[in-house]
Amino acid sequence: MTTIEHKPARKSLWAKHKIFETNSIILVIGVLLVISVGGLVEIAPLFYLKNTIETVQGMRPYTPLELAGRAIYVREGCYNCHSQMIRPLRDEVERYGHYSLAAESMYDKPFQWGSKRTGPDLARVGGKYSDEWQRAHLAEPRAVVPQSIMPGYPFLAKTELKYSDIADELRANRAGGVPYGDEMIAKAESDLKAQATPDHPGQPDLEKRYPKAQSRDFDGDPQRITEADALIAYLQALGTLVDFKLYDDKANIR
Amino acid sequence: MTATASPVRQATVGEMIGMLIAAACVLPLIVIAALTESSGYAFHAMLGVLASVASIVLIANRCFNGTVPVEPQEIDGKPNYNMGPVKFATVASMVWGIAGFAVGLIIALQLAFPDLNFDLPWTNFGRLRPLHTSAVIFAFGGNVLIGTSFYVVQRTCRARLAGILSPWFVVLGYNFFILIAGTGYLLGITQAKEYAEPEWYADLWLTIVWVVYLLVFLGTVMKRREPHIYVANWFYLGFILTIAVLHIGNNVAVPVSLLSPRSYGLWSGVQDAMFQWWYGHNAVGFFLTAGFLAIMYYFVPKRAERPIYSYRLSIIHFWALIFIYIWAGPHHLHYTALPDWAQTLGMTFSIMLWMPSWGGMINGIMTLSGAWDRLRTDPVLRMMVVSLAFYGMATFEGPLMSIKAVNGLSHYTDWTIGHVHAGALGWVAYISFGAIYCLVPWLWNRKGLYSLKLVSWHFWISTLGIVFYICAMWVSGILQGLMWRAYTSLGFLEYSFIETVAAMHPFYVIRALGGALFLIGALIMAFNLWMTVRSESAAEMPRVDEAPAPLAMAV
Repeated sequence: MTTIEHKPARKSLWAKHKIFETNSIILVIGVLLVISVGGLVEIAPLFYLKNTIETVQGMRPYTPLELAGRAIYVREGCYNCHSQMIRPLRDEVERYGHYSLAAESMYDKPFQWGSKRTGPDLARVGGKYSDEWQRAHLAEPRAVVPQSIMPGYPFLAKTELKYSDIADELRANRAGGVPYGDEMIAKAESDLKAQATPDHPGQPDLEKRYPKAQSRDFDGDPQRITEADALIAYLQALGTLVDFKLYDDKANIR
Repeated sequence: MTATASPVRQATVGEMIGMLIAAACVLPLIVIAALTESSGYAFHAMLGVLASVASIVLIANRCFNGTVPVEPQEIDGKPNYNMGPVKFATVASMVWGIAGFAVGLIIALQLAFPDLNFDLPWTNFGRLRPLHTSAVIFAFGGNVLIGTSFYVVQRTCRARLAGILSPWFVVLGYNFFILIAGTGYLLGITQAKEYAEPEWYADLWLTIVWVVYLLVFLGTVMKRREPHIYVANWFYLGFILTIAVLHIGNNVAVPVSLLSPRSYGLWSGVQDAMFQWWYGHNAVGFFLTAGFLAIMYYFVPKRAERPIYSYRLSIIHFWALIFIYIWAGPHHLHYTALPDWAQTLGMTFSIMLWMPSWGGMINGIMTLSGAWDRLRTDPVLRMMVVSLAFYGMATFEGPLMSIKAVNGLSHYTDWTIGHVHAGALGWVAYISFGAIYCLVPWLWNRKGLYSLKLVSWHFWISTLGIVFYICAMWVSGILQGLMWRAYTSLGFLEYSFIETVAAMHPFYVIRALGGALFLIGALIMAFNLWMTVRSESAAEMPRVDEAPAPLAMAV
């Protein structure tokens, strides 16, 4: 049995550990110091090293409707089964498209990279399927993909979207560094309506504020703005903002 | 005070403050419930009102019953331990454990048979999965940690738990947090960060509870009557402190408004990902490892009646483990948009982590030297030793999976799920079961467990369940990883995504079977414990835990 013997002549290094064992505050300080190192070294530089996030053309904050759709994506826990992070591996790039850039999630609160692909990656699902397909698939996945194990979400198309506090949502994002301007916040509610309503007069303004915003009736029911409208608008926007015909990956090498 | 005539007594200052704070919460919570548009948030505010009223009633009841306001620290020269909160946490851990395992079984079946989602908002996989993870990690594991830490700190310090109301505040407040978090997921209130899903108000509440937890624990350590702080308490302290830092760092958020349950974090994108997995991996490292190692350092020597194998090893184990674990987070982000230097650092430290992990395992298992025969006769000890074997296996598999080349295959697949469950079922749950099997007869002052034979049944049934579970996940994970990257001879991807999903079905069925066996084992345990508590009190017998702890304390 190993116990430590007292050697009065020569104090061993082990005996010095006594200070932690007999003084709780020193133990607390010791623990706090030891656990701080790793986090500081790994996290702090991400905020000031310029090459953490590439400079790219096309990234913009989510439109109010997309943001509301994203909140539904979050609410239903889609991240439990779908990643939004294409790794630079041959098969992934062929299956899903260009590998994901850090810049593409720079306005994501929280990030939705995910950790499990029970279903496929969604980082570039925007524009891959029609709105009709998304609608049918959300309502009854196995009607479209017989072997799918995804739950059905028929209630989304039946539930009106609540968006009375959409301006507050934008404001909370701005507090965390997302560049929503005053005009974007003031017009948040009307922008949301404009994007989900066909031929709405506010659409040109919306596209000025949010380039590449897609405006139409997403859920097949032009009378109402439902949760399905918002979610499909979000899905159709995913991965569509950066134009990879113009993107030069060499430009970011330092 | 004439105690015989009227048991009613005046409230102490602490009791007054407690009741006033609870009372002050009632009105604002009612206003929030009335004004918010979110029905889930209103429901939570009303739960808050109920909890406030219940606190006032419970505290006032102490005064009306004439409960001794300040229990003596010692009776007849022996510490007067405060075991009420420990008992509560022990019962709560079993209840939440069985609920958590049951939800796990449900979602395992949903993956095999998707019709079981019933296409309703509150029964779909996306909402139930966080309910499962939080129920087993934070509700089951958290109650085990709070309960055992309050037990161990009292006995190894030979001092009564610090505080009068505060230990109860910690236990009840923590379980209230669990209630808010769990019902929140079902109602769609989540911030969608894995293992940190609760929204801002639940996070704030947990912060308060956790600070009080730290103060109670530290206060007890400070008034110890032992010269040294026992090694288990270092690990508990490391766990409590680090979880506080991680919880705050990962959850800094701006609420949309006071009337909205939603919030947006201060961090976004890459930085948010790094914060999340710094938190997420150290929830594993400090909640599910350091805390349960503390349990190992008390209950294994106690049950085996042998001192810890090596005191020096425990010193190295402690400091190396807490230093290295913190760095390992980025291995969850291999090949992502996180800068390569951070990924490489994460991988390097994850591999180094193998050493302190195995040092701890060796220290625990070798504690049995001289008592190996007990493995045959004592199924409780067997459960704890097997938990250490699973710990060793999971902490070898972890560094392996953190190597980028391996991770390229394993990431996003069921291999990760299998790995987590090897650790969660094999290590965390088994060491907890062992500790609870020890604790219940001690706390309720019984001669021993109702039936050791039932413990054996529990052990073998759930071990079989774990083996089914992790083998199924190894096969499905590696199979799916290989199918994703398979090419035909002409250079095309061989399988569509949905073909790889369909291939998972048999393994999902086997996994659900494993989960069912594990749940059955826990039900057997609950029955055994129930019968133990119902059995006759062993009042005249010397208390099992009264014998001096054979713990190596010499320096």
